[in-house]
Amino acid sequence: MKLVISIAGDNLQSPFDARFGRAAAFCLVDSDTGAWTAHANPALEAAGGAGVQAAQFVAGLGARAVVSGAYGPKAYASLSAAGIAMHLAPGNAPRTAADVLAQFQAGALNQAQAATQDGRH
Amino acid sequence: MMKQLIVLSGKGGTGKTSVTAAFAHLAAGGRLAGQVVIADADVDAANLELVLQPQVLETQPFQGGQVAVIDQDTCLVCGGCADVCRFDAIIERDGQYLVDPIACDGCAACVYQCPTESIHMEPQVAGKSYVSESRYGPLYHANLDPGQENSGKLVTLVKQRARLRALDDDRQLVLVDGPPGIGCPVIAAASGADLALIVAEPTAAGVHDMQRVLGTLRHFGVPALVCINKADIYPEGAAAIETSCRADGVATVGRIPFDATVATAMVAGEAVTAFRPAAPASLAIAAVWERVLASLEAPA
Amino acid sequence: MRIVVASGKGGTGKTTVATSLALVGGESVRCLDCDVEAPNAALFLHPVLDRRQEVGIPLPRVDTALCTHCGKCAEVCQYHAIAVLGQTTLVFPELCHGCGSCTRLCPEAAITEHLHVTGVLEGGLTADGLEFARGLLQVGEPMAVPVIRELKRWPPLRRPALEIWDAPPGASCPVVETLRGADFALLVTEPTPFGLHDLKQVVGIARALEIPAGVVVNRDGIGDQGVDAYCADQGLPILLRIPMERRIAEGLARGRSLLETAPDYRPAFQALLAAIQDRVNTEYAP
Repeated sequence: MKLVISIAGDNLQSPFDARFGRAAAFCLVDSDTGAWTAHANPALEAAGGAGVQAAQFVAGLGARAVVSGAYGPKAYASLSAAGIAMHLAPGNAPRTAADVLAQFQAGALNQAQAATQDGRH
Repeated sequence: MMKQLIVLSGKGGTGKTSVTAAFAHLAAGGRLAGQVVIADADVDAANLELVLQPQVLETQPFQGGQVAVIDQDTCLVCGGCADVCRFDAIIERDGQYLVDPIACDGCAACVYQCPTESIHMEPQVAGKSYVSESRYGPLYHANLDPGQENSGKLVTLVKQRARLRALDDDRQLVLVDGPPGIGCPVIAAASGADLALIVAEPTAAGVHDMQRVLGTLRHFGVPALVCINKADIYPEGAAAIETSCRADGVATVGRIPFDATVATAMVAGEAVTAFRPAAPASLAIAAVWERVLASLEAPA
Repeated sequence: MRIVVASGKGGTGKTTVATSLALVGGESVRCLDCDVEAPNAALFLHPVLDRRQEVGIPLPRVDTALCTHCGKCAEVCQYHAIAVLGQTTLVFPELCHGCGSCTRLCPEAAITEHLHVTGVLEGGLTADGLEFARGLLQVGEPMAVPVIRELKRWPPLRRPALEIWDAPPGASCPVVETLRGADFALLVTEPTPFGLHDLKQVVGIARALEIPAGVVVNRDGIGDQGVDAYCADQGLPILLRIPMERRIAEGLARGRSLLETAPDYRPAFQALLAAIQDRVNTEYAP
């Protein structure tokens, strides 16, 4: 399955970025084969609506699931509409995208049931 | 656990910045010494730096919105751009269509309708953001160029950097000096705050605006406390604020008397509590600070 | 003649000066409170607000029967206020600026616009017969500018000879929107470092808009000489000084206008108005 992890860097060993709309980049990983590519987040400089823009970008990558630390209401609505599952990894402990991938594969990450933060502006 | 405290008022000029500067001073000398990151979220009237006298370590240009630019060489002067613009930003002058960059909202409606593709969008540098070291801790601040829009975006940027710094250094408190009003910059500044302190004025205007900003905070689920500045100018007004807050279930955490020392300290470029700790306003602000701290530290 | 009263820093006395000018301006005055986030002028002018109009921005509505999810609307929207994800087209009202691009460019004509109310205009006459109107941004709505724009477009009850527009504090887009089309910017400041810092910001805007400006120093005597030095250096005329007086502060706190508390200021405001008139006339003289 194609999975997107929000990261602060440009590869699978980059630190996990707990923000979604304002993440520096996204790591697209095939959770079955481990093959990955990194993609700069086009929403990083957006004036507003970063969550919406990032969600559209992630959907365009063909992701079926995403792991981040929090989802604003607009990102949540957008990802839900695209049928993309939203998983949560806590942002307080330093870890790499590879660590997050391992946790995802182990089924250790909960799914977000609602927007987890007020994402306005 | 890191907390965010924002100081707001609704009405401008009630003393937000003087109170915030005093809080920064009190925090640096108290049990939060070395634990505070300060952010000035009033980016179109950024005054905290005048008191905290920061040494700027890092300056970054701030990309604001984009504006339309018309290529006069290929323009057919058809006027279609002016017709679709809803911001009155395209002006005809001497047989040419020109973009008023101040009025332009960056929507690009003109770009999409231009039959000769003579219009493109250009990003604008709209201000600067700074990372500084101030006498009371790291300060994140910014200056919006006069007349620019997007102060919500710049506010978010300043706050986000301050927050990340607090997380990186494991600091306990982000102290945010907020903008006046209730619109975009206030919403941006207050989002994610754990507590808001409203500096109200016991005037007809101050009470009215305090109620509007309380409404905004309720809307976004940010708990609020109220302190009353220049309370003795109109004691009946101060009492009315306390009654109104009680009815709304909002705690009031003190009255600060009118005190000329506040202006004198500002002129001297110092927090009033540092400038003259025994002044009536200083003592009152120190008492407010203790109550705010207790409220921040109380389990939710 | 259209005079904007602005300040940069909040709480310097914009509304006090604006309402005083309106009160000495005679019957053909219209006063607009453009501080739609924190409108206070009505507290001092006591108008009977019997006109009311809802305002906002035109928001797209997508007809799901016609939408093919082609994504054109999302592509053209610079604010990411409309998004196409799978078989769903989502509209985010808080992000929309009402530019109309999505509606205009939808190949299926599947989008129509409806008014999303973000504020209200209120207007009426005061006991003295002067016309007053204000805008009120709805709590929780981010964008003040559209409300200010509609307030300024609201047809007056009668053609005013003199317009006084009370600006919001700060120096960003709402202040610019208020200043557009003004003949004179009257900048109210206080003689402190904060007042000076923010005065400079708003002087920058007035210059960019090529609007002549003058200064009122309020609470004169509380601070330092910085504002005076700056004004002298920049050739900005100081048109009025109002000393710090406790009776004025107390009167304002009670909701009494400056002229109610201190009628002795009436000649000073009449002179201020005449001075502005002179400057505007000189500005436009051939």
